[in-house]
Amino acid sequence: MNTAAVPLKAPASMPHQESPAHSPPAKAAPLLEVREVSRRFVKRLDLIERLAARLGADLHEQTVHAVDRVSFTVQAGEVVGLVGESGCGKSTLGRVIAGLHPPSDGEVLLEGRPIQLRAGQRPVVQMIFQDPFASLNPRMRVGDAIAQAPLAHGLIERGESEAYVARMLQQVGLAPEMARRYPHQFSGGQRARIGIARALAVQPRFLVCDEAVAALDVSIQAQVINLLMDLRRELGLTLLFISHDLGVIRHVCDRVVVMYLGRVVESGPIESLYNTPQHPYTQALLAEVPRLDRRGQRYQPIRGEIPSPLAPPTGCHFHPRCPQASARCSSEVPFLRDLPGAGVRAACHLLEPSA
Amino acid sequence: MSAPLLQVQGLVTEFGTRDGAVRAVNGVSFDLAEGEVLGLVGESGSGKSVTGFSILGLIDPPGRIAAGSIRFEGRELVGAPPEALRRLRGHRIAMIFQDPMMTLNPVLRVDTQMVEAILAHERIPRAQALERCAEALHRVGIASPGERLAQYPHQFSGGMRQRVAIAIALLNRPSLIIADEPTTALDVTVQGQILYEMQQLVRDAGTALIWITHDLAVVAGLAERIAVMYAGRVVEQGSVDAVLDAPLHPYTRGLLDSVPANNPPGIALRQIPGMTPALAQLPPGCAFAPRCSQAAADCSREPAVQRIGAREVRCIRPLQVTAPAAHSSGEARP
Repeated sequence: MNTAAVPLKAPASMPHQESPAHSPPAKAAPLLEVREVSRRFVKRLDLIERLAARLGADLHEQTVHAVDRVSFTVQAGEVVGLVGESGCGKSTLGRVIAGLHPPSDGEVLLEGRPIQLRAGQRPVVQMIFQDPFASLNPRMRVGDAIAQAPLAHGLIERGESEAYVARMLQQVGLAPEMARRYPHQFSGGQRARIGIARALAVQPRFLVCDEAVAALDVSIQAQVINLLMDLRRELGLTLLFISHDLGVIRHVCDRVVVMYLGRVVESGPIESLYNTPQHPYTQALLAEVPRLDRRGQRYQPIRGEIPSPLAPPTGCHFHPRCPQASARCSSEVPFLRDLPGAGVRAACHLLEPSA
Repeated sequence: MSAPLLQVQGLVTEFGTRDGAVRAVNGVSFDLAEGEVLGLVGESGSGKSVTGFSILGLIDPPGRIAAGSIRFEGRELVGAPPEALRRLRGHRIAMIFQDPMMTLNPVLRVDTQMVEAILAHERIPRAQALERCAEALHRVGIASPGERLAQYPHQFSGGMRQRVAIAIALLNRPSLIIADEPTTALDVTVQGQILYEMQQLVRDAGTALIWITHDLAVVAGLAERIAVMYAGRVVEQGSVDAVLDAPLHPYTRGLLDSVPANNPPGIALRQIPGMTPALAQLPPGCAFAPRCSQAAADCSREPAVQRIGAREVRCIRPLQVTAPAAHSSGEARP
């Protein structure tokens, strides 16, 4: 089991030092390291609004802290789950890791090197999106869509692209003849497979799966999950599995990171997080999941909804909904700290030993 | 026993296509008692939503109800004049849809839309109607309903919008609510709140509820009975405990087995091979046979509905028929 733990305030001078607490002495550097990454989106004022502001109107640029100083590591071969509700920043973080958004602060290191690519460099991180139909060009044959990236990166020559595409399709359980079809000729499950084939075509080492199975029916979802897990074994892939579905996460992941409103609230090995969740938000989340073995359940919901990321609460972001919040929770931001138990980390004032 | 609130018998809903009529719902039968909660479960294309729309008379051409009967509070709805159906909809039967943004008109204030729903069925002063709207919003857990009534749908969050949709459904105190995946688009914690409120509301008001969903786990906590649909047919129905703990139909078994929570972590999920057949090209006999582990040659025959105790299953070889308790009604059995 993995016990990657990096102090939140890792000194820049010691880039790959693991926190000494529970790490085995000689451990490989993590494949991926997310270090103090923030991503802000600013809504700028348009011309009219700027004029109005100049004339004294109460208009300001609005900043969304979609991801707020997030740090974690992923070891080679590991599957790490990223859970949270909508607006928690999990997809934005996934995009930052895949290199689709530059981080506003902090850095993402892959084998110790920043992931920001120079032109022509082959991406080592690939992303699989939620809606495979929206991410495929409807007027492009799927064979061409799959061959496009490896051709652009010089992985294959034009002459060998047909055989290469056939191999990619077979790898995800589709017939090579399907390369000539268009996206609309496939079912949802098949499109998900095409999305996977396209991501694998550039031979990545790290896959970011953003709700990759969320849109699929249960019986098809099981097939795609099994496919991903087989590919992970065969190709030695490392996965970041972003999902709101705690059942799926529990099944496929080794470790989980729970986010709430842009911040990590808890992370840890899968079994300990599900069996003994530490943070009140994780506890609430796990308690609310409908389960097959809970019959005639009288739901006991937590209060309220996720606040707007435009105006997040002060202190701990969860405090307005937290049943155990105290005065300190509304004023002071809790930091992610190591808890007893291998690799368990949580950001909550209530969990401090002295409290 | 008194007559059930809703009695659906042999419902067939067809859609005309270039390749001929496609049966989205093919011989669906079920009863619903007053105040009962039924979970209608199935994957996409199984006909669960079309069944709900058929009950409300919301099937537009090229679709049509080709056969069967829907009796609601003693009245036949199939073939009823549109005016009679309109009086029923939103009054005795209400519907909640998956996407509340589609239900609510984006350019009308919430109070306009809610008052309209009341005045369509009742002649009462507007002020009195408004009062009832505020009360309905309060009941679904919306704080300061007075202010919220004067707002537009875009000023509500997704969960709040769904609450407004539920409040509208409750306005006229219907005896049946049909909810089509109302929590699918919502976050887990918000879904928890809505499920909780629905549970309270139907219990307090004695409203019957048909909850259409693909999520067996949601139904497990909410419903008393489950009907599982596949390719336009109800393949199995019975009490929640019976169906989830000891499914009789191989499809139900397969569905339960492919839920990640029912599998040991890290090991391949037990999956159903193949994919849902296109309704235009259904295999002869049992539509599930090509994907079924139990299938044999005689599955190419149309399977009849078997009654086993209080349960019904449409399969020639149902799983684990418990010997003494089960008594088949004498239909085709191997």
